[in-house]
Amino acid sequence: MSGPLLYGLAAAALIGLGLHGVLAHAAPLRRVLAFNLVGAGVFLLFGVGARRGAAAGLPGDPVPQALVITGIVVAFAATALAMALIRRLAILRAAAAGTPEEGAAPAAAPPRETR
Amino acid sequence: MNATLDAVLALMLPVMALFSLNARDERSAVIGFMALGLLLALAWVRLGAVDVALTEAAIGALTGVLLLGAASAAVSVAVPRTGSPLLRGLLALAAALVAAGVAVIVAGAPDPAPSLAAAAVAHLGALELGNPVTAVLLAYRALDTLLETVVVLLALIGVWSLAGEGEWRGAPAAPGGTASRPVVLLARLLPPVGLVVAVHLLWVGADAPGGKFQAATLIAAMWLLVLMAGLRAPPELGGARLRGLIAAGPAVFIAIGLAGFLVPGQFLAYPEGWAKAAIIVIEVALTASLAAMLALIVLGPGTGERRT
Repeated sequence: MSGPLLYGLAAAALIGLGLHGVLAHAAPLRRVLAFNLVGAGVFLLFGVGARRGAAAGLPGDPVPQALVITGIVVAFAATALAMALIRRLAILRAAAAGTPEEGAAPAAAPPRETR
Repeated sequence: MNATLDAVLALMLPVMALFSLNARDERSAVIGFMALGLLLALAWVRLGAVDVALTEAAIGALTGVLLLGAASAAVSVAVPRTGSPLLRGLLALAAALVAAGVAVIVAGAPDPAPSLAAAAVAHLGALELGNPVTAVLLAYRALDTLLETVVVLLALIGVWSLAGEGEWRGAPAAPGGTASRPVVLLARLLPPVGLVVAVHLLWVGADAPGGKFQAATLIAAMWLLVLMAGLRAPPELGGARLRGLIAAGPAVFIAIGLAGFLVPGQFLAYPEGWAKAAIIVIEVALTASLAAMLALIVLGPGTGERRT
């Protein structure tokens, strides 16, 4: 079995695991991680395609590689935004429950809108 | 030997993903995810994509700070597991089917794949670049890079907009808790080295693996390290200089892009003979802006005077 194919199969597994994680997990942080797994799998597929497209003395096709570099940075930005949303949610829930925000107590009441 | 390495790596990727998804607590899940990122970087090297490997490894440092911070904060919103066993089984089956479908497609895809490598190499001389990935990022598909920079900027604005009422101008909370003495020592020793490596990555990016994303990520990581050690306080987010720094990169990029209308007659086209100069100006401006943006995204929204 060739190297790129192995990584292609690993990418397929990452996509499957991530998809299941996004749908089945209840905790927000795990969902974000799972979503990133899907992304990692898709990026890896690009890498496999790039490797198979090796030509002109290059180890791989530079176009999909450049797309993946862009994708990684965008995925990071999206993850950071998701983390900020999760933190804000936790702060609002803690405020609604009347506990200090580091207390990590599950909110009994629905989150209170501040504005 | 190499085939074994590939097999082990390809096997470790899903195993680490499984661990991350099913770890007992959030902290272990995040650490598993970071390990997965490092394995991915190795996989990228094996796939001949050193530029991507550098990006993956560098961004992994920022992701680590971001996710560990989120995991330690009040994130554990306890939500009961939903759905019947039947539904959960169906979900697993559906995900497995998708994975199997992707696997079949990968196995059946043409090898060698259709490639733009020859076309990418053909015009390297005109651009005075040696690294085809940099050529794609800043010449052939410069529009993608411009839009990507704007996406990062929008994400930063999104993060900032999550600040509490009247707190958005203030400084964000310092990352990490009380710094231990080894961290303080590291934060004194590492940044000078890191900055030199970042400038090197930026400069050699024209001809060798490296470039602005990798350099910017490294600079951002160094800044975060200094902040984590408490050697400097996080900046006030309302400051004009900070915002100018953030806007400078995209602004320079757009200005050079618009100038392309005047001379070669197209958006983001570089005048003949000036391609290298234009690319260097864009890369330096973007590195500074991206470094600031990436670090500020990790720092999160302002907290005002109320240090939480």
